[in-house]
Amino acid sequence: MSQSSALPAEQYNYSIVRRFTIMAMVWAVLGMSVGVYIASELAWPFLNFDIPQLTFGRLRPTHTTMVIFGFGGSALFATSYYVVQRTSQARLAFPWLAEFTFWGWTGGVALGVLSYVFGITQGREYAEFEWPLDIAITLVWVSYFVVYVETLRRRNQPHIYVANWFYLAFIVAVALLHIFNNLAVPVSLTKSYSLFAGVQDAMTQWWYGHNAVGFFLTAAFLGMMYYFVPKQAGRPIYSYRLSIIHFWALIFLYMWVGGHHLHWTALPDWVSTLAATFSVILLMPSWGGMINGIMTLSGAWDKLRSDPVMLFLITSLSFYGMSTFEGPLMSLKSVNALSHYTDWTVGHVHSGALGWVAMVSFGSFYHLIPRLWNARMYSQSLIYVHFWLATIGIVLYITSMWVAGIGQGLMLRSFDDYGNLAYTFIETVEFMHTPYVWRALGGAFFVTGVLIMVYNMAMTIARRQPATEAELSAKPAQA
Amino acid sequence: MRHEQIETNSGLMLLLILVVISIGGLIEIVPLFYINETVEDVKGSVRPYTPLEMRGRDIYIREGCYLCHSQQIRPFRDEWLRYGHYSLAAESQYDHPFQWGSKRTGPDLARVGGKYSNQWQVQHLNAPRSVVPQSIMPNYPWLLTTALDYSDVADRMRALRWTGVPYSVTQAEYDRNVKTFGKATADLLDITQAQDTLLKQAREGEFDGDPSRITEMDALVAYLQILGTMVDFSQYDEGYFAKFR
Repeated sequence: MSQSSALPAEQYNYSIVRRFTIMAMVWAVLGMSVGVYIASELAWPFLNFDIPQLTFGRLRPTHTTMVIFGFGGSALFATSYYVVQRTSQARLAFPWLAEFTFWGWTGGVALGVLSYVFGITQGREYAEFEWPLDIAITLVWVSYFVVYVETLRRRNQPHIYVANWFYLAFIVAVALLHIFNNLAVPVSLTKSYSLFAGVQDAMTQWWYGHNAVGFFLTAAFLGMMYYFVPKQAGRPIYSYRLSIIHFWALIFLYMWVGGHHLHWTALPDWVSTLAATFSVILLMPSWGGMINGIMTLSGAWDKLRSDPVMLFLITSLSFYGMSTFEGPLMSLKSVNALSHYTDWTVGHVHSGALGWVAMVSFGSFYHLIPRLWNARMYSQSLIYVHFWLATIGIVLYITSMWVAGIGQGLMLRSFDDYGNLAYTFIETVEFMHTPYVWRALGGAFFVTGVLIMVYNMAMTIARRQPATEAELSAKPAQA
Repeated sequence: MRHEQIETNSGLMLLLILVVISIGGLIEIVPLFYINETVEDVKGSVRPYTPLEMRGRDIYIREGCYLCHSQQIRPFRDEWLRYGHYSLAAESQYDHPFQWGSKRTGPDLARVGGKYSNQWQVQHLNAPRSVVPQSIMPNYPWLLTTALDYSDVADRMRALRWTGVPYSVTQAEYDRNVKTFGKATADLLDITQAQDTLLKQAREGEFDGDPSRITEMDALVAYLQILGTMVDFSQYDEGYFAKFR
């Protein structure tokens, strides 16, 4: 595909996009490798080595933070800064502030990850950062908001393109969630106590926790999808009307569903019932987005045979559809009674995180890299290799977690003929060993794919035309 | 209103997004602070943690125990047989933050208090596979060798008091605690005596088996041994707690 020579590079701030893209890949390698390591710890506990910093309890937040906020966050910064410029036909506003978001975000995630390893944590899942980092992240986020909205305001297009609606909702919602969920009373620089307690704290945390999924890992990545799928397919979005309906429905409904993480707990039944109800309704806007993305390819299905990037994007949407079907299913109280507290949940998260979030990011990056560095991808066949390694890895991961989770759930609730418990807890742990080995193997497949992508990307950058270097560093014209 | 008006006006779009995303949280979370039935009335039987237990809880959080152990028993027959009575909201009313957890790689701990001896707990935390060969829990040998830092225990209690936990500083607060929890418990919750209270409990409790020094193990075991033991369920009629659900 030919692109319009040097003009975009001069018109737009690509330097910030390039740096976030590189950091996303760095975090992907680190975060996913730690994931494979802690998965192995569960299969072979000697890997904890009696070293506090290496124990599962301290490394798990390290893994989730590096993958969600490091990899996912950097991918979103990179693509949102790219998309907002391209679709607004305006250069990124306040370049120094955008610069601050890069260093602030990268530094914040790095410090946070280090702090967990040394036992500094708020003890709230996906919100483990202690209060000084929470404040720093809030500042970065406000800067992000300012840069993004001001760029939108400077747009040379009357309409705000649909991808930006999603990015905008993501930025606003994450600010709201982050601030309210992290209200805490500090003791020292490294310790604080959450302002809320017990049931109210639990509900606030899962309102945050599920919307970290809903806005950070879904709405924002839908923004990514709405730009890169039509671009790569060379076709317009399937339905404009559908995008309006599913956007407003999605952001409205998501905020209600957090309580489904607390079914059958001390949370009052009225909240958990409301949460389950909205979770089921949420299937509709979720699938609206999937259909809108996949159907964009209608009339150009042959691209799935000829274009590995398209393969990444469409597969990611399929996983999105699958996990947004599995989610409402698991939010039903009767299903949740079995699935909750088991690895089924872990598998569900990873079908979303690996299948949807990571795959759509890789697809988008494969589209971006040639444009950012003005070079052809070093190897098309390595993209295919990456695709298959990733897909096999995800399938191994999800199926082993279904076996572990559903198996444990069934064992824990079975009784013998006399009405006694049929299994002790430790027997379920023994049972889970084999699926845990397969899960670690699946993760290893996935990481290998990422390493191949990093190699492909590095070779692409290394072999770009020297002339483009001059073009890229040319003083940008004011848009 | 035509959607065109929204998508050509970034300010309007921003405002509408904010309104639309605020509704769910407002309706589901805010009432939890105002509806009295949200937390069961257990007549003051659930008390805040003592200074030693509170430090133990800090260590529980530091080591990320919540990532493999829940503290929330659900009202099912198998959980009743395995763990005991389902968890009440009242039982975690002083938990900042809550530690209900989301995953049981290991068993639930909401009522682990008193189920095993202190000696078993120490041995198990130090080397889980020495008592449960199939266990996949990490060893925590440093808990026995690390002296407990209790220098800032009063600061920690003050921070918790700020969030609403009834630790006492003034005489009036102390008197209120005597009324609610009785004198013996009120003494444990007195911030001005925090360090002495902690030392006394650690020495007398023989949690880690060595009264001569106070380790992180002392604190963690003290915390584990109190979990789920505060409410005496024989005091309540069948179905009493169902009213609050």
